[in-house]
Amino acid sequence: MAAELKNAGTALPVNPLRKYVREDRMPHFFCPGCGCGQVLGSFLRGVDGLGLDLDRMVTVAGVGCTARIPVYMKTDTLHGVHGRTLPWAMGIKLHSKETKVVVFAGDGDAVSIGGNHFIHAARRNLDVLMIVVNNFNFAMTGGQVAPMTPAGAVTMTTPWGSGEPPFDMCALAQAAGATYVARTATPDIGQMDRMIKKGLSHSGFGVVEVLSQCPTHFGRYALGSGSPAKLLDWIRGICVPKDLADAMNPEELKGKLVTGEFVDVVRPVFRGSSFVADESAGKDAEEA
Amino acid sequence: MKKEKRVLTGVHFMQGNYAAVEGALAAGCDFFAGYPITPANEISERMSRRLPAVGGVFLQGEDELCSINAVAGASLAGAKAMTATASAGYDYLQEGLEYGVAVEAPMVIVDVQRCRGENFATQADIMQVHWGPAGDHEMIVLAPSSVQELFDFTVRAFNLAEEYRTPVVVLSETTIALMRERLVIPEPDAIPVMNRKWTDKTPETYLPFKADSPWGVPEFAGLGRGYHTIYSINPHDERGSIEWDPDAFERLYTRIPLKVTKNRGKISTVQHWRADDAKAVLVAYGSEVRPCLDAMNTLREQGKKVGVMKIDAPWPFPEEAVADLSGRTDLVVTVEMNIGKYAGEIERACRGRCRTARVTKNRGMIHSPEEILESLKEVL
Repeated sequence: MAAELKNAGTALPVNPLRKYVREDRMPHFFCPGCGCGQVLGSFLRGVDGLGLDLDRMVTVAGVGCTARIPVYMKTDTLHGVHGRTLPWAMGIKLHSKETKVVVFAGDGDAVSIGGNHFIHAARRNLDVLMIVVNNFNFAMTGGQVAPMTPAGAVTMTTPWGSGEPPFDMCALAQAAGATYVARTATPDIGQMDRMIKKGLSHSGFGVVEVLSQCPTHFGRYALGSGSPAKLLDWIRGICVPKDLADAMNPEELKGKLVTGEFVDVVRPVFRGSSFVADESAGKDAEEA
Repeated sequence: MKKEKRVLTGVHFMQGNYAAVEGALAAGCDFFAGYPITPANEISERMSRRLPAVGGVFLQGEDELCSINAVAGASLAGAKAMTATASAGYDYLQEGLEYGVAVEAPMVIVDVQRCRGENFATQADIMQVHWGPAGDHEMIVLAPSSVQELFDFTVRAFNLAEEYRTPVVVLSETTIALMRERLVIPEPDAIPVMNRKWTDKTPETYLPFKADSPWGVPEFAGLGRGYHTIYSINPHDERGSIEWDPDAFERLYTRIPLKVTKNRGKISTVQHWRADDAKAVLVAYGSEVRPCLDAMNTLREQGKKVGVMKIDAPWPFPEEAVADLSGRTDLVVTVEMNIGKYAGEIERACRGRCRTARVTKNRGMIHSPEEILESLKEVL
């Protein structure tokens, strides 16, 4: 087998992103065809492109497949409590303002168990980027219905089809006050790279929702195929770029998900009581 | 905002909840997150005014889950962090405490015990504060019995949290939290303050969960300093890497409880009153120590040889102190403001070496000395 390799015996080119990866954690534990690896790659390209220092970054992850993404990168990482990523991030950020904090969450982690924290982080404009990998189900636990499972989809806990309408997470983030909100999908790597990079350079609460494939569970149960390629095709089929969506009526948009940037604004970031204290300290000085 | 003194040295007439705040500040607390709940609210309220004025950060979380996990995040970033709640709120904190135990994050939690849904006096959380969180652990729990001890024990709670890198609970009660009495705050130099051991190793040589003994406490590096630590609640090896090997699992979940129980004698101190020649000893923690002392004085005046043992830290359980007591007296009486939860532990530790009895009640109010005397008539 080795003899068949064309460049056997010669040095293979090293992926320039490998320097950011914890190689001692390999092999990774994602299923074949999972989109989490693509999100990891996109994130690291963003870090590389912006010249961010991973030594000064903290990545935060709760529970689930997406929560394993930070385990493979050379950052300090909090891991392993379902839905509490944003409170962790808030404690870190309020105590050490200079630390860059990025949250990785699945759809269940972000807006099911973590839904209350999500809207309040957006309301406060917590200075954190949250990358939500939406694979339309609870994957690590075996493929149960999630807040963003399409209506009618068969999952392990909706054997007759889901009777619940799904969340539009980006609309929720926008309504609650997030200052950067975008939706992209793994079939469009270029767009995902641009949005994650922009999210990384944004000051304030940024949400990048990535529609991603889960061939093992969502693919097999909801779509009847474990083929990653078919799942990518399905995702492509439900995505509508924002420009086109603006010209479409609600009936045409039924079952579709709009991709693009929805919010990109600047407003003061949340600093807890220290913000007010610092401000009034300044006033005291002026008055004196 | 004018900067204020961190330590309010002097003699005060102060509410218990406020004393806990001043104790936290004296111990170096620089992050507090809380969610409104009676009768713990004065802690958040005073913190919101005092903490920013000494350079710290106050946060009112959207719920207790937010508060405890923000405390965990701040702690891992290097803060001395605290939250406060009352019994029902403590239910929610257990998830964050489970995390704090697993990643060895120092944090302080004040639980002002109250009856279910109402704000009457009780000691009903005595088991919850230890065994509530999932997973194997040994929680450190301090039970103050006065406003002064609310100050002193909160300082001690921070010190123990830092020394053993673990959550520590100050088990307060409605009775003392809302009581006002004399509080003496010493000069800052006279208040012992302990800090966690920060590592001087390089990221290349540092192992975040390696201790120097099977019951040791690892050195701390803190977030955002280039050490690349994974703080995972999952079983992890000395590198912090998620590890499913049973040996690594056992090593971790043996060391974490052992670092507390091996130091039980230092942590779970007890105090005695007239116990040397006592034929019967009243054992209590928290506010119930006070009527016990009163009852003891009355009985001594009647010529009955009665003493009191006060347990400062109900958890880790003071096994040796109770065993020793049971060998020296004829009768051990547990006085408790619940259906008799801790009494079971006391009686177990006496191991039949002496008679035991319980004076317990759950009526939303502390025992009066007369009630204790009345109950003792049958057993003395």
